[in-house]
Amino acid sequence: MAEAVAFYGLTAVALGASLMVVLSRNMVHAAVSLIPVLLAIAGYYVLLGAEFLAAIQILIYAGAITVLILFVILLTEGATGLRVRPRNEQVPLGAITCLVLAALLIAVLTRTPWPQTRSSLPEYNPGAVGESFLTAYVLPFEAMSLLIVACLVGAIVVARREE
Amino acid sequence: MAEVIRIVLSVVIVFTFVAVGVALFLVLMERKVSAWVQARIGPRHVGPYGALQTVADLLKLLQKEHILPAGADRLMFAAAPVVVAVAALLSYVVLPWGPGVIVRDLGVGVLYFTSVLSLEVVGILTAGWASNNKYALLGGLRSAAQMVSYELPLGFSILTVATITGTLSTVRMVEAQPYPWYTYPSVIVAGLVFLVAATAESNRIPFDLPEAESELVAGYFSEYSPLRFALFQLGEYGSLFATSALFVTLFLGGWRGPFELPLVGPVVDGIFWFLLKTYAVVFFFMWVRWTYPRFRIDQLLNVSWKLLLPVSLANLLLAGLLIAGSG
Amino acid sequence: MIGLEHYLVSSALLFAAGLFAVLTRRNAVAILMGIELMLNAANINFVAFTKFVSPELVRGHIAALIVIALAACEAAVGLALVISAYRHLETVQVDEINLMKW
Repeated sequence: MAEAVAFYGLTAVALGASLMVVLSRNMVHAAVSLIPVLLAIAGYYVLLGAEFLAAIQILIYAGAITVLILFVILLTEGATGLRVRPRNEQVPLGAITCLVLAALLIAVLTRTPWPQTRSSLPEYNPGAVGESFLTAYVLPFEAMSLLIVACLVGAIVVARREE
Repeated sequence: MAEVIRIVLSVVIVFTFVAVGVALFLVLMERKVSAWVQARIGPRHVGPYGALQTVADLLKLLQKEHILPAGADRLMFAAAPVVVAVAALLSYVVLPWGPGVIVRDLGVGVLYFTSVLSLEVVGILTAGWASNNKYALLGGLRSAAQMVSYELPLGFSILTVATITGTLSTVRMVEAQPYPWYTYPSVIVAGLVFLVAATAESNRIPFDLPEAESELVAGYFSEYSPLRFALFQLGEYGSLFATSALFVTLFLGGWRGPFELPLVGPVVDGIFWFLLKTYAVVFFFMWVRWTYPRFRIDQLLNVSWKLLLPVSLANLLLAGLLIAGSG
Repeated sequence: MIGLEHYLVSSALLFAAGLFAVLTRRNAVAILMGIELMLNAANINFVAFTKFVSPELVRGHIAALIVIALAACEAAVGLALVISAYRHLETVQVDEINLMKW
């Protein structure tokens, strides 16, 4: 019961705010609306027993990536972006595509008989994630760290003003 | 049902404490400490030794008119101070006040703490933008750059302690202290990095660029009038107290005291020592604020990226080596 | 009782919303936000499948963490590109950035 209330509340927030992200003419409003979406998804993670992931989601997505996005909006167009046309001429086509895709996905996802598991998640979530990362998935972990270093260097090189 | 009552009760207690014991008291304390540093007397007319000065200030703020600047974004202007205050309040969930006295001992404790505090910057940035004022916007942008850069050393110094204790839960971190002697080099460096980064995270001198009054009027809250200004103050002092409390939890033994108080039992004893240590750390922050001048913005970012980040990364490695070396 | 399907439907809707932003927005940063929405929708599925279908080794959590790291990288590099483009062309509308060199 409590789980259902939480789920539907989070879903309402996530979907409502994501509509704001997609439709708002004001870029700053769109970027700020991204935050409730990401927080609601962190709430999903808590409901799904992934508390470590929920904390990471808030820390990296809501606390860092959105701030970065807001920062860039304010540095580039900020509120002046209000005057320009926010959308291109593909709106009708895009809307149809997205609605068809959503209908198709929902139809497929709800009709597939997913195998349900009997076993449950490990008790201590951060420990389980860490152990899995450093044993079975150590290679993706290393690849990811390499990628992060590469993109750190890349971002600095691209954004730096030429002397 | 008992769970719901517990939640409501803890929210009420924590909020009352933050409003009275933190926001009201710390503003008074700041004024008294600044007076002490500058050899003045400080507030003394309202109440005994001026103790009710901030209460009087709050009453004055409550009576004043709300002002919405021309061209401001109404909704975001109103929402920003609430975001800042709520983010600060949320971090109190994982603070261990005494043995068993904690709102909720989360498995991801310190990670949760840093993540909710990182939400504060969103409120500051939107406050700066929504005010439709160039000084406010500059203050908001500076604050975003500063808080994002200092989150990294702060996070790494917390991670160092997490590596040594093998847990993210704040309660178990307190129980793991005193840390094994061979980890001390690492713990001390982590503590120093934490202190510097926490000063910057709470936007205080010498890192108070976002609100540098000599260049930016008052930074991101230049345009804010009474109650919303009070909410910003609540958020600011709330997060100052929370980071001090986290410092106490991670490095100064949390609720444990050098000796047990007679006759009061472990809970009161724990809360006493916890509050004593936390207010001592808060005093340290205030002392620094009224003693040192302000950094320039480029110096500020250099300190974070070129000094604190490499040091804290190397320190994390050192902690790992120390633990591995000791078997 | 909230089951797997509830999460899947919610994430499908989020994915479609993100796709709409990518298809129709002109501002490069808005397109990036659409991509973030789509990545998050995928993450919900990973985590939901981990709980309801295969909790061994918390595989889905690992995948979701990798996606979050990738999203951070993508945001950093993408936004650096946006800033660079804005500096040279003074626009961030993707259909106006139509020069192959400048």
